[in-house]
Amino acid sequence: MGPVIHPIPPGSRDILPDEMLELRRLNAALIEVFEGYGYGEVATPTIEYDEVLARGDGRTSESAYRLLDERGDLLALRSDMTVPIARLVASRYATSEPPLRLCYLANAFRAVRPQRGQRREFSQAGVELIGAEAPQGTAEVVEVLQAALDAAGLERAVIGLGDADLFRQLLGEIGVAGEALDSVLERLATHDMVGLEAELSAVEGVSEEQCATCVALSQLRGGREVLEEARAMGGAAVERATARIGNTFEALEARGAAGRIQIDLGLLRDLGYYSGAILEVYDPAVGYVLGGGGRYDGLLKRFGVDLPAAGFALYVERVHVAQMGEESRGGEES
Amino acid sequence: MSVEVAGMGRAKSGGPLKLAVPRGALFEGTLDALDAAGIDTSQARGESRALIFEGEEITLVTMRPSDVPTYVEAGAADVGITGKDVLLEQSDRMVYELLDLGYGRCRMVLAGRKGDKRLGESERRLGTMRIATKYPRVAQRHFEATGHQVEVIEVKGSVELAPLVGLADGIVDLVATGRTLEENDLEVREEIVECTARFVANRVAHKLRAGEVDDLTARLREVAVG
Repeated sequence: MGPVIHPIPPGSRDILPDEMLELRRLNAALIEVFEGYGYGEVATPTIEYDEVLARGDGRTSESAYRLLDERGDLLALRSDMTVPIARLVASRYATSEPPLRLCYLANAFRAVRPQRGQRREFSQAGVELIGAEAPQGTAEVVEVLQAALDAAGLERAVIGLGDADLFRQLLGEIGVAGEALDSVLERLATHDMVGLEAELSAVEGVSEEQCATCVALSQLRGGREVLEEARAMGGAAVERATARIGNTFEALEARGAAGRIQIDLGLLRDLGYYSGAILEVYDPAVGYVLGGGGRYDGLLKRFGVDLPAAGFALYVERVHVAQMGEESRGGEES
Repeated sequence: MSVEVAGMGRAKSGGPLKLAVPRGALFEGTLDALDAAGIDTSQARGESRALIFEGEEITLVTMRPSDVPTYVEAGAADVGITGKDVLLEQSDRMVYELLDLGYGRCRMVLAGRKGDKRLGESERRLGTMRIATKYPRVAQRHFEATGHQVEVIEVKGSVELAPLVGLADGIVDLVATGRTLEENDLEVREEIVECTARFVANRVAHKLRAGEVDDLTARLREVAVG
């Protein structure tokens, strides 16, 4: 007789002892790094009021799961930890002297598309640095991220560093606005270069040269030299963004934390609350992004506390996949 | 920590770049474009039934065109070539579309039986058209965008059969020369979108093997059919 199957929802899963043991080791290593840098671990409720979470960003980090409680209030499952921590800081640390250093290890929830192996519930490990401005605040967060990747044994991992405001400002400069702006930003975020060229050249008043500049800028990624290459393309928005990235990079070099950085002017994350620096984490052993973060200087203001902030989150299960990929590679080579 | 800073994105890691090559209608055109870009495809052109052809610089991995986004999204292939029709149908696959290669040009169309009024009649009297297609999502999106109600019927084989035996009122399919439609007594009623071969890249490969990906993109851009 076969086993009795009691299904669980697609995108969710059980974790059995062998995997749990490895995940626990990984989590412990990550938290140890965070605490070593002075970040205190916090936990927030898995379920919060929908209207509170929606303050973070109504459009992109919107909760996929909502339910009514016994009083008819609308509750929601968090889709990341950045928004709940902004809420926590505003209500629990309103009078504290910044900067605040908080870290977490928590599950978050997102909608999944069927049959894609996507996770409905996933684990994130990350930090939030509240009240520290760019570039030093950003550099500290990257330094912690670098140490976390070291602790996870991902020696080949790379941190992409971009600027969330670059294209919004650049496109404004050349007169792309309204619906056209949204649609061009969408092409940039998905890196649809063919569509980007088509959309941009269809906007009235955008010259062929400006169009080519946008496409070329979005493809600039590499070491420090790409900042010079970008500057050569001109424009006030480019000047400001490259100066911001350059400052962050210098602050990182001063901390000895620039080794994993790939400057990437085409980086655009889809979470609407980012401003200034944005980060993404890659490892050659896996084909998808391991985590990300950046600055979100306007987010806490939406909760009534006007403080600059930066942070990152690693997808723990993906880091675990990368660990195994790197291990098996090590085995092949030796 | 032994990561090099300068030109790190250009570091060669993990051997030759893996390129997903579509078998089928785009196969010849793809190999021609690769040849023109200076990539040796002679092994793949032979009678060999192998799926993988290793080269110095680039390894060709051959597969069905509709599998290309799957392999590239997962990073099992670093870059790939497939039709825009495939990318439109699998628009939720996270791959970077870097280049329109210009060959393999064909049109996605709505077609019905010659002289047959059933498409219009069904919509007017029954409120909906029955459309058979291998591209259910492209079809659904198109009719939603143009304000028509349809019942999309997904089929895997020859779509032309569906209206001939009454499974559907019309079809949405890819047309290159129009000969297949002609032979089955079908005609184009509406053009939905024009499709060509596209060069795509995995998100992480685009970052971590930037130099190689950019180099290949530039070479393919040179030979792209304008």
